[in-house]
Amino acid sequence: MSATGIGAAVRRKEDHRFITGKGHYTDDVNRPGQAAIYFIRSPHAHAKIKKIDTKAAAGMPGVPAVFTGAQFAEDKLGNLICGWAVFSKDGSPMKMAPHAAIAAGKANYVGDAVAVVIADTLAQAKDAAEKVVVDYEVLPAVVDPAKAAAPGAPLIHEAAPNNTIYNWHIGDADTTNAALKNAKHVTKLEFINNRLVPNAMEPRAAIAEYDAGSGNLTLWNASQNPHVARLVIAAFVGMAPENKLRVIAPDVGGGFGSKIFIYPEEVVCLWAARKIGRPVKWTAERSESFITDAHGRDHVTKAQMAFDGEGKITALKVHTTANIGAYMSTFSSAIPTFFYAPLLSGQYQIPHIYCEVDAVYTNTVPVDAYRGAGRPEATFVVERLIEVGARELGVEPPALRRRNFVKSFPYQTSVAFLYDTGDFDASLQKALELHDYKGFGKRKRESERLGKLRGIGFSTYIEACGAAPSAIAGQLGAGVGLWESAEVRVNPTGSVEILTGSHAHGQGHETTFAQLVADRLGISVDQVNIVHGDTDKVQFGMGTYGSRSGAVGMSAIVKALDKVEAKAKKIAAHLLEAAEADIVFKDGKFTVAGTDKSAAWGEVALGAYVAHKFPTSEIEPGLKEGAFYDPTNFTFPAGCHICEVEIDPDTGATTIVGWTAVDDFGTVINPMIVEGQVHGGIAQGVGQALLEHTVYDDKGQLVTGSYMDYAMPRADNLPSFKVDMTVTKCPSNPLGIKGCGEAGAIAAPAAVMNAITNALGTEVIDMPATPQAVWAVLQRSGKAARAA
Amino acid sequence: MYSFTFHRPETLRQAASLLSKNADAKILAGGHMLLPTMKLRLANPPQLIDLSRIEGLAGIQQSGRSLAIGAMTRHADVHASPVVQQAIPVLAKLAGMIGDPAVRHMGTIGGSIANNDPSADYPAACLGLGATIITNKRRIAADDFFTGMFSTALEPAEIITKVSFPVPKKAAYQKFRNQASRYALVGVFVAKRGSDIRVAVTGAGSNGVFRVKAFEEALKKRFAPKSLEGLTVPATGLNGDIHGSAEYRAHLIAVLARRAVAEAVGK
Repeated sequence: MSATGIGAAVRRKEDHRFITGKGHYTDDVNRPGQAAIYFIRSPHAHAKIKKIDTKAAAGMPGVPAVFTGAQFAEDKLGNLICGWAVFSKDGSPMKMAPHAAIAAGKANYVGDAVAVVIADTLAQAKDAAEKVVVDYEVLPAVVDPAKAAAPGAPLIHEAAPNNTIYNWHIGDADTTNAALKNAKHVTKLEFINNRLVPNAMEPRAAIAEYDAGSGNLTLWNASQNPHVARLVIAAFVGMAPENKLRVIAPDVGGGFGSKIFIYPEEVVCLWAARKIGRPVKWTAERSESFITDAHGRDHVTKAQMAFDGEGKITALKVHTTANIGAYMSTFSSAIPTFFYAPLLSGQYQIPHIYCEVDAVYTNTVPVDAYRGAGRPEATFVVERLIEVGARELGVEPPALRRRNFVKSFPYQTSVAFLYDTGDFDASLQKALELHDYKGFGKRKRESERLGKLRGIGFSTYIEACGAAPSAIAGQLGAGVGLWESAEVRVNPTGSVEILTGSHAHGQGHETTFAQLVADRLGISVDQVNIVHGDTDKVQFGMGTYGSRSGAVGMSAIVKALDKVEAKAKKIAAHLLEAAEADIVFKDGKFTVAGTDKSAAWGEVALGAYVAHKFPTSEIEPGLKEGAFYDPTNFTFPAGCHICEVEIDPDTGATTIVGWTAVDDFGTVINPMIVEGQVHGGIAQGVGQALLEHTVYDDKGQLVTGSYMDYAMPRADNLPSFKVDMTVTKCPSNPLGIKGCGEAGAIAAPAAVMNAITNALGTEVIDMPATPQAVWAVLQRSGKAARAA
Repeated sequence: MYSFTFHRPETLRQAASLLSKNADAKILAGGHMLLPTMKLRLANPPQLIDLSRIEGLAGIQQSGRSLAIGAMTRHADVHASPVVQQAIPVLAKLAGMIGDPAVRHMGTIGGSIANNDPSADYPAACLGLGATIITNKRRIAADDFFTGMFSTALEPAEIITKVSFPVPKKAAYQKFRNQASRYALVGVFVAKRGSDIRVAVTGAGSNGVFRVKAFEEALKKRFAPKSLEGLTVPATGLNGDIHGSAEYRAHLIAVLARRAVAEAVGK
């Protein structure tokens, strides 16, 4: 391993610019003559828009235009779409209702845009917005997914009777029911997987510019996948042909999924920019982010796990109602189905699984992928059930897991996935040792002595990353393939530009991708530039989400590097006057096998461009190759997280006192970055389990619409983590990478809640386990210690 | 934010004069409540009067058994002051528990108590220590100063100049934070100075900070956590919200009061 090669903890190249304020985000883009746009949003969760009077606003100083949904509709543009078709069990397609970028006729959630004001300055736009009079007829709203399909619930979209988008299922109901019937023991649980607000550090932003001379539109957009944004805005919204629309996602400050989707704001900025002939700019304010960024999770689930007399799992049956919100966001249909149910086998051999998912509209912010996207929800179901099963059966939780682990690979689950490799027992064993599981009893007694309750919880999770083999994605209803592209451009001096369809918004691609290339070509990481996020530079790409940049994006780079090396060898053969078959490329040097004749990488690169010494009729000058890589399988990161908590029975406050994570991510490019991803993921998972509470009132007002009420995880909510790895290389991609971006967020909630319920001695508590919620449980169970 | 006129007087007299001439003017004394509210367009004061340039409004002085803290003294300065740490250590500690470093380097004691946020920490310290609030016009006992949620005994054109704290024999503050805002969900301040025993509660009262007389009476018999055992406060009149029901807050008051007394007596 070289000092900067694969496996080296290279410091992040991009961090100097980020931490010295030299990053270049969408809000840093300013165009000559730009105007500010302000979105007037419905204050009601469900309301008819009877009339909008814009006259007074239009006459305000500095206001070139005020537009309503009706005016937007006049231009007959397409709707925002959900790009993944899901079919109900009766074969009928999902009931996708129209989603206009500006609502006309009816607003369906608090935050739904009903009009926009464009002005020279944002302050002027806000002043004018106060003069816009919207006459609403407020309608009854429904926010609770469990009530959305009930008779008499307010109907949100004509297209979706009973507010139901689909009733989907996977697995075999009959065999599962039979196994449940014959079970020795059945563990039953009901859960709410709480709705989360994504809260990326950089709020969403867009600035659109129209060049009347060329007819080209340019959109700078805080996006995780600019090419997909361009495709949807061109092909579905019909804003402009794809070749007339350039989308640039410059530095992006975090996404966690929320910047995958195509939102109304960027569409409206493009439309308005062309309409008024000036660049139009929007940056969300934090309170706007709360009510417009697609939220995550929000499941209501009933689940049963069946065991035989030996503690072997015989069946799992799950029913989930998934809240989709007021409109179907870009990938909303796939998250509670294909990214959820196929993970329900967990790390276990479960012969029979049946899962039904009902997706419903409600008068809330749309819900879509959020770090982990379906997999945290699945892991929560499986890992809570097996932990509770162990308690009910009187078996040590690690032992019950071991008894059920998948032990030989490949393993075909009963819910579609083919697990390729793994060693679940190895990560469990390592975690038990690292955590000093044996010492738990002693620590618990010590806590008791101090009047505290101590609990320990496990989460042996598996997830699926590296989406996805395009043909399989297509069979499952995806509107796009899920390959990735890369281009390697070698400069005459031997430095390299890598153009990638992956998009970095915190992951550190500028470092890890450079490590891969530098390692391969024997050059320094500083000689490698990573270019991404601009549809005019990178031909096409699927973007970054689902921990796919390593497994899929880097695989495409490897393929392109293979081609570069093959051509460079041809050129080297001519430079060294040797047969191509005798050329060996190693450590940045082309050598003629068995001789001391060699040419450095830089000499061959220069030779390729000078083109004096090879027949250009046979070998083209230059050194540039591209590749598209389509995965042959998903990848399956897995591991074991152990959480240990201490609860103050007087206040209900939970303190996480220990955390051990042993993950198998396959090949690790940069252990420092991977460890950072694990830390961040756990923090978000702890946020979900202990802190983050998205509360809507019955009228559909978001009660937790700011940091005064929405608790984000902070450093002092977390312990120092013990993080370690085991490695089984992924067999389906050239580097053996599995992916690490979401594992922490997937594993953590179940680990925390297993620890809390272990401490409390009751299973009935939902996330987030706030001090008040824990205290209430203790009150009910009579365990509220010495407290008054 | 709406536009407004910004004044930066250099004397207290000028500030008072501006305040009396502009009934809707607001004083800027840190601005960590006012400015966010203005940015959200929820407040629209036509005039802001910034006190930061007035000499003598900030500073800490001890004379005998009392400690005077200038109204414009920042939380960070109170927290770091050796004088405060020596005389009333709990006050220095409390100042260090307010908000985050940015807030503590801008927010001031005068701004905090004039705002009288029902979850703020300083009102509990003022009431708990029996402080005197000194204005450009008069001296007001803390017992008379905090008149309700976001309301005080301050009259129009009255400006706090300093707060005088008697040095207690024993005192402690226990704060149970709202997980999101990190304001006090409940904060209990206890102090003993001779026969004067005070238990002040912030975060819980629907009318802002208040004293718990029953606890004080019990502690008069013996200033020890044991004296509070079995004592509770009624939930009626307490705040209830998603972070804590009135019942939970009532429960926390009893827990935190016992802990504060334990801390004060060094147990």
